[in-house]
Amino acid sequence: MSTSVRPKTKFRHSRLSARNREWIAGYLFVLPDALGLLVFLGLPMLLSLVLGLYDVDGFGAYRFVGMANYTKMMRDPLFWQSAKVTALYALMLVPLLYVCGLSLALLVQKTNRFNGVIRSMFFAPHMVSLIVVALVWQFLVVDKIGVLSRLTPALGLGGISFLGDPDYALFTVVAVSVWFLMGYYMLIFLGGLQDIPAMYYEAATMDGAGPIAKFWYITLPLLKPTSFFVIMISMVAAVAGSQAFDIIWVMTGGGPANSTSVLIVYIYQQAFSFGAFGYAAAMASILVISLMAMTGLMFLLTRGGRFSYE
Amino acid sequence: MSKPSLYFSNSQVTAVRLIWMTVAAILALMTVFPLLWMVSIAFKGAQESFSPALLPSAPTWSNFVYVLTEVPFIRYMLNSLFVSVTVTVVALFFHSMAGYALARLRFPGRELIFLAIFSTLLVSLPVVIVPLFIIVRAMGMLNTYGGIIIPSIFNAFGIFLLRQYYLSLPREIEEAAVMDGAGYWRIYWSVILPLSKPILSALAILFFLANWNAFLWPLTVASDQKFWVVQVGIANFKSEYSAAWNYMLAASTIVAIPTLVLFLVFQRQIMDSIKTSGLK
Repeated sequence: MSTSVRPKTKFRHSRLSARNREWIAGYLFVLPDALGLLVFLGLPMLLSLVLGLYDVDGFGAYRFVGMANYTKMMRDPLFWQSAKVTALYALMLVPLLYVCGLSLALLVQKTNRFNGVIRSMFFAPHMVSLIVVALVWQFLVVDKIGVLSRLTPALGLGGISFLGDPDYALFTVVAVSVWFLMGYYMLIFLGGLQDIPAMYYEAATMDGAGPIAKFWYITLPLLKPTSFFVIMISMVAAVAGSQAFDIIWVMTGGGPANSTSVLIVYIYQQAFSFGAFGYAAAMASILVISLMAMTGLMFLLTRGGRFSYE
Repeated sequence: MSKPSLYFSNSQVTAVRLIWMTVAAILALMTVFPLLWMVSIAFKGAQESFSPALLPSAPTWSNFVYVLTEVPFIRYMLNSLFVSVTVTVVALFFHSMAGYALARLRFPGRELIFLAIFSTLLVSLPVVIVPLFIIVRAMGMLNTYGGIIIPSIFNAFGIFLLRQYYLSLPREIEEAAVMDGAGYWRIYWSVILPLSKPILSALAILFFLANWNAFLWPLTVASDQKFWVVQVGIANFKSEYSAAWNYMLAASTIVAIPTLVLFLVFQRQIMDSIKTSGLK
């Protein structure tokens, strides 16, 4: 950093006032990102609402159809099936991530060398691409001969097909999603646990509180901001996360019998396999609106994105 | 290990700690087991793919050789590298500029702009992919590097984190430069950027990883094999060689290794940045 004192005369080299110069600089600094976000995120969000009112074919011919896509949606059993699968996926994923993330964090909470290694091992799956994750798990559960498929008779499950049976495929997809995401949630919880002052625990020990009482009366209440954040983002991940798309796309393609067809997969198929861009946009617009509502809620409840406990 | 336990009294500690560590170790091994298995199969011959032994009886490089020679895998890797590095560099540049202005400069509409950026925070790619595809197609960017790269640059997360970071810097730091008569660009370039090194390097790792691992957008925007990134290549590989698991897992290993090596080297930074950001 240069600390040499320059002649003061250089300061007034512009006819603009200092305030105006700050304005212009501010706008110019924000411009590239603001423009990019507008074109590649804001516009698509808006467009999904507009496109939903059109019939768009694969070649880009548009025809205004009003609410036709939305009425079609209401009568489309596959849309309702996908909505149901999405809800089931979220209902399983959100609590599982909460419990697994928090349990792992408590397990390795103390900072030492051993826990450092264990933490890295729990987080390692998150470093691998979802495509590889999906491929590896698909290999582990190949019917009858996959390593995990061989274990099922021993567990009394009688050679189930993890991906081929509509009753099990969604569970398999949820399990793989949890495996991929839990290390990430563990880290978020570790960050939250770190913020709880140790003196609370010390005071509780003096009062003769056991480990369960400490967890129940100190850890959980003081973890509220973290819990809130975790539930929020895991809900978003469940409904619209790329882990849901990538894992399902590679492992099952939405099948068998549409049992793993979450909305984002169904939307993608409608658009890119059947060229029904308008219909796909109409379905996506429902997701956009619900995500916006969730973001608004989050913004209000956290006073502008402050998650830390103050 | 001398620190007293938060949950247990001293007399409970020794016994509990042993059980605790055993449980942790077993769970951690179970967690990494699929990855170890992947590497093991990559070194096994085709007839051994489903043998229950973790170690290959006759380790071989032939699967890797096959994947690298019979499939344009090197090309896919170079495409991925080019896309990931470009997105990371440009994104960090733009986001630090925007973050600096939103944190430090006063101009009308600043809060509104921040709010607008914040509102896109949770909107993920799968949700907007249909209209995004239509926009990029209208711009004539299908099957181009620009089409893969440019839309991947912009995300609110990086701006948000950098803004938080700049808000936490003491104002006195810039004052010397202001007294010096430096313009805002010079302050940004020679004061703010050098101070951002820790957060920029943490974000650089996260951005690189996210883009190296990205699948959905490259799959959608580039159908021409010339532009395939490695994730698209491997997913396509699967549909062609669906039963040749030894090749598929060798390919998976090649794809996973750069990120796992990056993780081994930077594990502290990666995990700390996620832990403290509380955001991905």
